[in-house]
Amino acid sequence: MTAAAITGASVPRLARGVRLREDAARGGRWVVMAPERLFVPDATALEVLRLVDGARSVEAIVDALAARFDAPRAEIAADVTELLEDLAAKGVIVT
Amino acid sequence: MSAAGPAVEPPLGLLAELTHRCPLRCPYCSNPLALTRPGEEMDTATWARVFREAAALGVLQVHLSGGEPTARRDLPELVRAAAEAGLYTNLVTAGVLLDAAKVEALAAAGLDHVQLSVQDAEPASADRIGGMAGGHERKLAAARLVRAAGLALTLNAVVHRQNLDRLPALIALALELGAGRLEVAHVQYYGWALANRAALLPTRAQLDAATATVEAARAAHKGRLVIDYVIPDYHAKRPKACMGGWGRRVLAVTPAGKALPCHAAESLPGLDFPDVREVPLAEIWHRSEAFNRFRGTAWMPEPCRSCDRREMDFGGCRCQAFALTGDAAATDPACALSPRHALLDLAVQEAAAADGAFTYREMARTAPLAR
Repeated sequence: MTAAAITGASVPRLARGVRLREDAARGGRWVVMAPERLFVPDATALEVLRLVDGARSVEAIVDALAARFDAPRAEIAADVTELLEDLAAKGVIVT
Repeated sequence: MSAAGPAVEPPLGLLAELTHRCPLRCPYCSNPLALTRPGEEMDTATWARVFREAAALGVLQVHLSGGEPTARRDLPELVRAAAEAGLYTNLVTAGVLLDAAKVEALAAAGLDHVQLSVQDAEPASADRIGGMAGGHERKLAAARLVRAAGLALTLNAVVHRQNLDRLPALIALALELGAGRLEVAHVQYYGWALANRAALLPTRAQLDAATATVEAARAAHKGRLVIDYVIPDYHAKRPKACMGGWGRRVLAVTPAGKALPCHAAESLPGLDFPDVREVPLAEIWHRSEAFNRFRGTAWMPEPCRSCDRREMDFGGCRCQAFALTGDAAATDPACALSPRHALLDLAVQEAAAADGAFTYREMARTAPLAR
């Protein structure tokens, strides 16, 4: 695990011991399971996390979101980077 | 109460105490004073059924604990059963029985995370506190095997007066071992730990130094090491929401199959805890008298009943309330609003005057007097 800055070329993946899963008993929300903790990602974070697969770069994640959402690409890129940096600080993703 | 009680959310976590066997003898062990013998432990198939029932009920995470869970030869099978049920699997271990083959088998079975306890950063002190010669060295070896197998590692440092001054070294150890998380877990004083309270309670000065150490380390190691840390009851003004509230977030199952709202709940009198071999887990959670006894706020006496924090801390810990006041429904004396709060200050004063001698946890002996 490193705290290196997230760049467009970074390839994020879920950290070992972290899982994204559906929570059927609580209305089908999605949860991030991590050692001794559980996060309920908001809608934006969930869209990003579903694209985090250890293969896509941050650029590719931004491209995928830009194709689906009506927002300037630069704005999406800034949001994604900020979100991934926050998740990296929490130990949810690694690059 | 069951029919008219508040809406009950499903539990998030299951604490599965697979065994009370353990090669360590820590004087603050969270197991009950009356330990379950190996012959009374539930078998593999029954635990696997409990895991499936728990997942169906809404449990997301199982903590495979003990005693020492790796003392069970069927642990890889149990991990597989829990993982197949869809549960996030967390092994809570002392590590001293692990070797490379066992760690590989657990990883292959689908284990998500290992929480490894250490008794101190200094080997001689760690071995004395754990009551096992060479134990600390084995733990370090186990931590390296866990990391080599690619498993996520949390180091759990149980802290008290006799090791709290070495918190900086414990943080350094977590970093050296590649742990992603460090739990600085202050001893909770019920059961074995209550019997040894005078030897273990930290001083206010120690606690303040530790809090400052944690704050600095969190900033210095952000993104590399997450540190969990909670101020211990004896130096707090408000109680903890024990277990997140009685029958609210977590249930525990003992080695012999009793379902409990908290792993220490068998210390409370007058409660009949259901047996998972006889009653479905969903029925236990939603309808049993024991799980409904301290649910919500209707059971509360004053000062809890009218307190604006009643749904934040749920009156604190029932086991601590009973152990210190003799009344399981009393406000937790950890709360400054409790009429019995002075008991905690007295205990701190008593501990300051005591030496460091303690009684080890033992399976075969008669329980020591708690007070």
